Amino acid sequence: MLTIAGRKFRSRLFGGTGKFASPEVMREALAASGCEMVTVALRRVDLGNPADDIMRVLDRERYLFLPNTSGARDAQEAIRLAHLAQASGGGEWLKLEVTPDPRTLLPDPVETLKATEILVREGFKVLPYINADPILALRLQDAGAAAVMPLGSPIGTNQGILTRFQIAIIIEQARVPVVVDAGLGAPSHAAEAMEMGADAVLVNTAIAVAGDPIRMARAFAMAVEAGRTAYEAGLGTVRRDAAASSPEEGLGFLR
Amino acid sequence: MFTVPEFTALQTAIARVREEDVLSALRGDRIGIQGLAALLSPLAEPHLPAMAARAAFLTEQRFGRTIQMYAPVYLSSYCANRCAYCGFSADNTIDRRVLTFAEAEAEAMILHQRGFQHLLLVSGEAPAKVGVDYLEEIARRLRDRFAALSIEVQPLATGEYARLFRAGITSVAVYQETYDREVYKQVHLAGRKADFDHRLDTPARAAAAGMREVGIGALLGLADWRAEGLALGLHLAWLRKHFWRTGLTVSFPRMRPAEGEFKPLKPVAERNLSQMIFALRIFDPDVGLYLSTREEARYRDGMIGLGPTRYSAGSCTAPGGYGLADAGGEQFEVGDSRSLAEVSAAIQAKGFDPVRKDWDAVFQAKGVRQEAA
Repeated sequence: MLTIAGRKFRSRLFGGTGKFASPEVMREALAASGCEMVTVALRRVDLGNPADDIMRVLDRERYLFLPNTSGARDAQEAIRLAHLAQASGGGEWLKLEVTPDPRTLLPDPVETLKATEILVREGFKVLPYINADPILALRLQDAGAAAVMPLGSPIGTNQGILTRFQIAIIIEQARVPVVVDAGLGAPSHAAEAMEMGADAVLVNTAIAVAGDPIRMARAFAMAVEAGRTAYEAGLGTVRRDAAASSPEEGLGFLR
Repeated sequence: MFTVPEFTALQTAIARVREEDVLSALRGDRIGIQGLAALLSPLAEPHLPAMAARAAFLTEQRFGRTIQMYAPVYLSSYCANRCAYCGFSADNTIDRRVLTFAEAEAEAMILHQRGFQHLLLVSGEAPAKVGVDYLEEIARRLRDRFAALSIEVQPLATGEYARLFRAGITSVAVYQETYDREVYKQVHLAGRKADFDHRLDTPARAAAAGMREVGIGALLGLADWRAEGLALGLHLAWLRKHFWRTGLTVSFPRMRPAEGEFKPLKPVAERNLSQMIFALRIFDPDVGLYLSTREEARYRDGMIGLGPTRYSAGSCTAPGGYGLADAGGEQFEVGDSRSLAEVSAAIQAKGFDPVRKDWDAVFQAKGVRQEAA
């Protein structure tokens, strides 16, 4: 079972709360996904207010809330948001997002590392959102990150895993769970990440803007399970030349 | 510094567009300034449904099924400029007033009670009445009660924008009105605003000061809207390149024939406005697009999901218009007078979420001293 910072998760699919047509659709989609961890943007929700349009439809017993610092441009802002999350009952879990370019929302590696170092010292369980940079992933683990969340492709693009080569290295070297986040546009992308050995995936846009978000959430849940099962079962190696299914085939003349 | 080509050169670029340019812009991913010219051209008009579909796809991909809600607070109707088209022009004999701090707070809190979290603070351009000190004080009084505060006031200096940013202002809107220098001269008769280049450089100053978001726009009805659209695209692209940390938005204030004594020099039809919105969305999938209550309810409802990402509701364009018995004269008459609840219901009916809060005051540092404490 997946364990992050001492907490166990049955589902390896994490959800988000952005871009849905309504809070009700969001609630149903999250339920259909079977996820147990949901990220919420601190800019969007008022964590301490039970009447908040998102907070009022989500069951805090059912989901671990992972507040995120979406919108932060540097370490200082992200840290301030983390303090806000904690003060309003968000706990110590934090998805750290430092995205100074509002267009691509790509994460700033320097500020992310800086903020991680400080927040870990303060006792936060930090899950940093990063570009798929293996060295940065190692540096963040050294700094005490509870997991690393490399992107498959820029957020919201539905492009799938364009960073496959680097993600494979990150997974190979990881001492903490690797959660592939951003860019997963289809269940097959999620399955691909899981087959590669990712510990979990986070999917938001692809579910939120699907024609039927609830059915799409179910589709992602199945894909994540299929991908994980395949990984655990041991996938055959991909090879260029044809491999005989019986080892001695074609060599019957040998004595 | 951003320099805009001669307006006639922009018009020529659009006139040179061929049918195949339009088709390739409709197929392309990053259409560039040539593609924008193509989509603004008359040859693109038969493709309006395809443009709408492409714009809707990009808007949903980038912004999801959401529309951000905001409301303006008019602080003052005093203005030192003489602009031929504006209700606040210094020439006009309207009842003028500037809100006291307490009055401004009261107006803002009425909107707060109605459910607004994003406010746009608007004033005429009279620095003696509404200067940086005044705006700074208002921002300090409101910052912790709202998710985000924007301003649409006279152009300021970089240092002044930085002061307002520290006081809690998150974004600045400043419209060029027209990118046609000749028309600009013709309608801006007197005042600081008569300086075309100073105004053109204002969005860059706001961005340089660290503002989260900068909004540009052209007042539609003054000059050829197609060339205005192309100039807006050039301005956007330049700002993106030079201030990559700054979020950008475009507004489409359209003069209505019925409004005031000033008749639009170049009327812009709903079809034209739609084409302009679709073209800019396709050109820049990430730009925030405003569609204010200047437009009628029917049109605003129709445009939900097709490009615009910010809607106002229940707006009043007179200082004190929400709560004061003796409100001043208004800047213009709104086309959509529905309440926040009514506009929200229309947005929900289209399958979109009217988002009231998508920022937080905590993003803005409260000044160095408090930060160190």
